[in-house]
Amino acid sequence: MECQECKQNPATLHFAKVINGYKTEIHVCEQCAKEKGYVSQDEEAYSLHDLLSGLFNFDSVNLSPSQENSSNQQTEERCNKCGMTYKEFTKVGKFGCSSCYEAFSSHLNPIFRRVHSGNTAHSGKVPKRAGSDIYQRKQLKELKLELQQLIAEEEFEHAAKVRDQIKALEQNLNHNGEGEK
Amino acid sequence: MGLEQFINEAISPWLKEEGPDSDIVMSSRIRLARNFEQSPFPLIAKEEHLDGILHFIEREYNHQSLLQYKDLEFVRMEELKQIAKQVLVEKHLISPHLAEKSKRGAALISKNEQVSIMINEEDHIRMQLYFPGLQLEKALEEAFQLDDWLEEKIDYAFDESRGYLTSCPTNVGTGLRASVMMHLPALAITRKINRMIPAINQLGLVVRGIYGEGSEALGNIFQISNQITLGRSEQDIIEDLKSVVEKLIEQERQARSWLMQQSELELEDRVFRSYGVLQHSRIIESKETAKCLSDVQLGIDLGFIKDISQSILNELMVLTQPAFLQQYAKKALNPHERDVFRASLIRERFSIEKKEES
Repeated sequence: MECQECKQNPATLHFAKVINGYKTEIHVCEQCAKEKGYVSQDEEAYSLHDLLSGLFNFDSVNLSPSQENSSNQQTEERCNKCGMTYKEFTKVGKFGCSSCYEAFSSHLNPIFRRVHSGNTAHSGKVPKRAGSDIYQRKQLKELKLELQQLIAEEEFEHAAKVRDQIKALEQNLNHNGEGEK
Repeated sequence: MGLEQFINEAISPWLKEEGPDSDIVMSSRIRLARNFEQSPFPLIAKEEHLDGILHFIEREYNHQSLLQYKDLEFVRMEELKQIAKQVLVEKHLISPHLAEKSKRGAALISKNEQVSIMINEEDHIRMQLYFPGLQLEKALEEAFQLDDWLEEKIDYAFDESRGYLTSCPTNVGTGLRASVMMHLPALAITRKINRMIPAINQLGLVVRGIYGEGSEALGNIFQISNQITLGRSEQDIIEDLKSVVEKLIEQERQARSWLMQQSELELEDRVFRSYGVLQHSRIIESKETAKCLSDVQLGIDLGFIKDISQSILNELMVLTQPAFLQQYAKKALNPHERDVFRASLIRERFSIEKKEES
């Protein structure tokens, strides 16, 4: 089999790339694999983490060495508790501690939307001791406002999602109410 | 007992029980990820933090019981031999990450091996709960009880708008990963599964092989799980997964009866060839083993083979994994030695079945 990129060398590397479940087979020679970024620079296997951290890095998904300098302009946002910077977070794709969520909050909605198909707010279980209904009620109000706005703007697809969130929240509140009786 | 049983028995006690649709659904699993509020996540936490967590968990929960999950045994990764850790991975009691990468990793495993709580994995706490067959609701209900029980003494990292905070953004919110392990030989033989997987993915579910991320569907065993953890309730997530699994069960049953109508003899031939290979080969690799076991299991389900126990696939899939073989042989084996030992172990297993029958 010949390399599908250069069509000259024999294909020595065979990948099955699965993106959201769509399997694409790739047959390339080693050189093209490196050039086209199928193999990362440090020769480690392309892992889910790479894919994920790619998701976070909006302006530079495929960092080639020459472009790397430009991303230094990103401001050094840092989590006060664990010291992780936003840049580190985008590289590793993992938070350092629970306070990172607060520290990087301005960046998180787009990331969560991509990972969780449009969702940015939790609507499931709440810890028994720490969970408070008050906040959820507040959230419910906000969502209802958002829903009205979306309907006014005829963003029905998005509105349906928000409606589902509201439903889930209401159910949750009722559920908690029953539990406290 | 305890640890010894975890390592020496191939088949977890709960796997011996039958569950709903257990001819197709091998197991249902619920995993919840939780973190301690006060400590950084394990990935970057200092060892003293992680040690603190270990001590706390050991002190509070070692040998405790909840529901039918008796006598949780606290097992430190550092104290286990490499092979023992691998065996726990092969039995799905711990993750490869906990076995290989975690600093100060540990697990609390219930006596019936239905509950395993991993400590200092990617998150401080990852509890998982297994049920035989398709029993997602029951598993979730009991996972919630387990979660509440742990929460009595632990301040979880939780944010009202983001939910349970986890190390990886892909788990935030519910921290829930629900998955179902399915044996789908007829959908694989008819190649229908290849067309179904993309559709399943579009519903926000992931299809993987038996050993998780990136693994092949060995033995026609597919693991289906939710991907989205934020913005939907646990019940909704499970409902979605369940409805897809039920569709798959239906499709698998249809494919089986179609195969029986269209090519019963060919199917029977395939089953008995594989049966022959397992009974008589002297050298066999794990891939071929998995393929043959899948055929034999299908043969049992369709009534071609009557004298073997229903749980053979579950049992031998684990028993013939590399670490388990070496644990059983009580020595390290190179790949070729493993293939030889595997073949003799399988022959032995089948001849025991025969004797018990006669």
